Amino acid sequence: MSYIKVEDVSRHFVRADGTSFQALDHVNLEVRQGEFICLLGPSGCGKSTLLNILAGFEGTSEGDVYIDGQEVKKPSPKYVTIFQNYGLLPWRTVLKNVELGLEEQDVPRDEREKIARHYLEVVGLQDFADSHPAELSGGMQQRVAIARALAVDPEIIFMDEPFAALDALTRMKLQDEVSAICREQHKTIIFVTHDIDEAVVLADRIVVMTPNPGHIKTVIPVDLHGRRDRTSPDFWDIREKIFECFSLKPEDKTEYYI
Amino acid sequence: MQKVRYIGGSLVILLAFWQIVASLGGWNEALFPSPWGTLRGLGELIASGVLATDIGASLGRFALGYSSAVVLAMALGLVLGWYKGIWNYLNPLAQVLRPVSPVAWLPFIVLFFGIGEMPALVIIFIAAFFPVLLATVAAVQGMDAVYLKVARNFGIGQPQILGKIVFPAVFPRIATGLHLALGTAWVFLVAGEMAGAQSGLGFLIIDARNNLRADWLMAAILTIGVLGLALDGIVSYLESHIYRRWGLARRN
Repeated sequence: MSYIKVEDVSRHFVRADGTSFQALDHVNLEVRQGEFICLLGPSGCGKSTLLNILAGFEGTSEGDVYIDGQEVKKPSPKYVTIFQNYGLLPWRTVLKNVELGLEEQDVPRDEREKIARHYLEVVGLQDFADSHPAELSGGMQQRVAIARALAVDPEIIFMDEPFAALDALTRMKLQDEVSAICREQHKTIIFVTHDIDEAVVLADRIVVMTPNPGHIKTVIPVDLHGRRDRTSPDFWDIREKIFECFSLKPEDKTEYYI
Repeated sequence: MQKVRYIGGSLVILLAFWQIVASLGGWNEALFPSPWGTLRGLGELIASGVLATDIGASLGRFALGYSSAVVLAMALGLVLGWYKGIWNYLNPLAQVLRPVSPVAWLPFIVLFFGIGEMPALVIIFIAAFFPVLLATVAAVQGMDAVYLKVARNFGIGQPQILGKIVFPAVFPRIATGLHLALGTAWVFLVAGEMAGAQSGLGFLIIDARNNLRADWLMAAILTIGVLGLALDGIVSYLESHIYRRWGLARRN
């Protein structure tokens, strides 16, 4: 049985002028526990809407979503979402930010601090526990958000374009780190992105979505194991496949003579 | 260094202009004092301890009126901003009351609270209340949705979310309202103290006028100005600290 099950989900919005907009059109998806799934597509393809529905922030118009056999109705600390703009609380120190989710679970104070410090170490920010978010770079802030998510020991981590606001080099570094951390911690990950390379680096399977109306075009498995080399031929093969999916590859019109 | 030069420059311009007006006007010193006469009057007020007493009285009233208005307006604004349904009914009322000068209420304030200590407090309260209330409501309604998502995600429930997430998240925007309210309330302090208070800078102004002591009057006016500036400076400093901590661009 699949762990996450999206069953024939549609979602319409009504625009301000009264017209209806179909963000998701009869989407079906099944995810196994421990999988790293990337939802890939251009803006307007419904990838963020699908993530918000999975995370329980939004409802569906039709169809249902099940996680571990339970219908998703509202957000839960078992499934933590990481946002593009980090969602850190600027008035709290880094350590206190990481403790946030534990406070609601009535974990005793010193236990909380111990757990928070542990996960700060996992993301390499143990020396910044007493800093405030505004003192950190974007990449470091997103690491804090990851530590905060891991601290409540969730089963699933949803990521909504978490690296979109970072520069290219920081982004690649964080991709490698997140990939390593999440596999080490055996989390199921649903990762929304519009960056093809990012999807190939991270995902076990790439869910390719297209807009008007938002639906799943195809699912591409990525058979690259372990640490991924962005320059390897296998990497480029998969990348090419996705370019074809989005019709971004120019047709080869060269004629060959032997 | 540049700033010192500007302040010194403006002080020189003021004193020169003041002295010229006083000399050319040819008024009796009791009606319009010269800078030197004012300085002497100020010296007298300081030496007799009158000024210190009145400053103390005014600051005490101001602290009480302002802080009670701020606490109440922030608490109310937080709840009303959160429960939009209620605010939709109260907003028109607030919009009508806001532009009314607090002094206009004075006859009713005296009727309800009598003369003496209370009118000044109530007027400061009214002056500070509306800017803070409206700033808080607007701040809560314009809050970044990501904070709410984070709170819901970690299971932070309805009553706690206001104090734990919403209030601190919107605090920089409230702080702008607090700053505005401070200036407004300080302006109305004097008016409030003219309604039968027996101490304070407003009383000093009335008292100086009644005794034809224009030098004291001018000294009181200058004191009010300088104290207002000092209060504003303190709040500006706190505000910039908050903005830095929250990682927001400094307000121009």
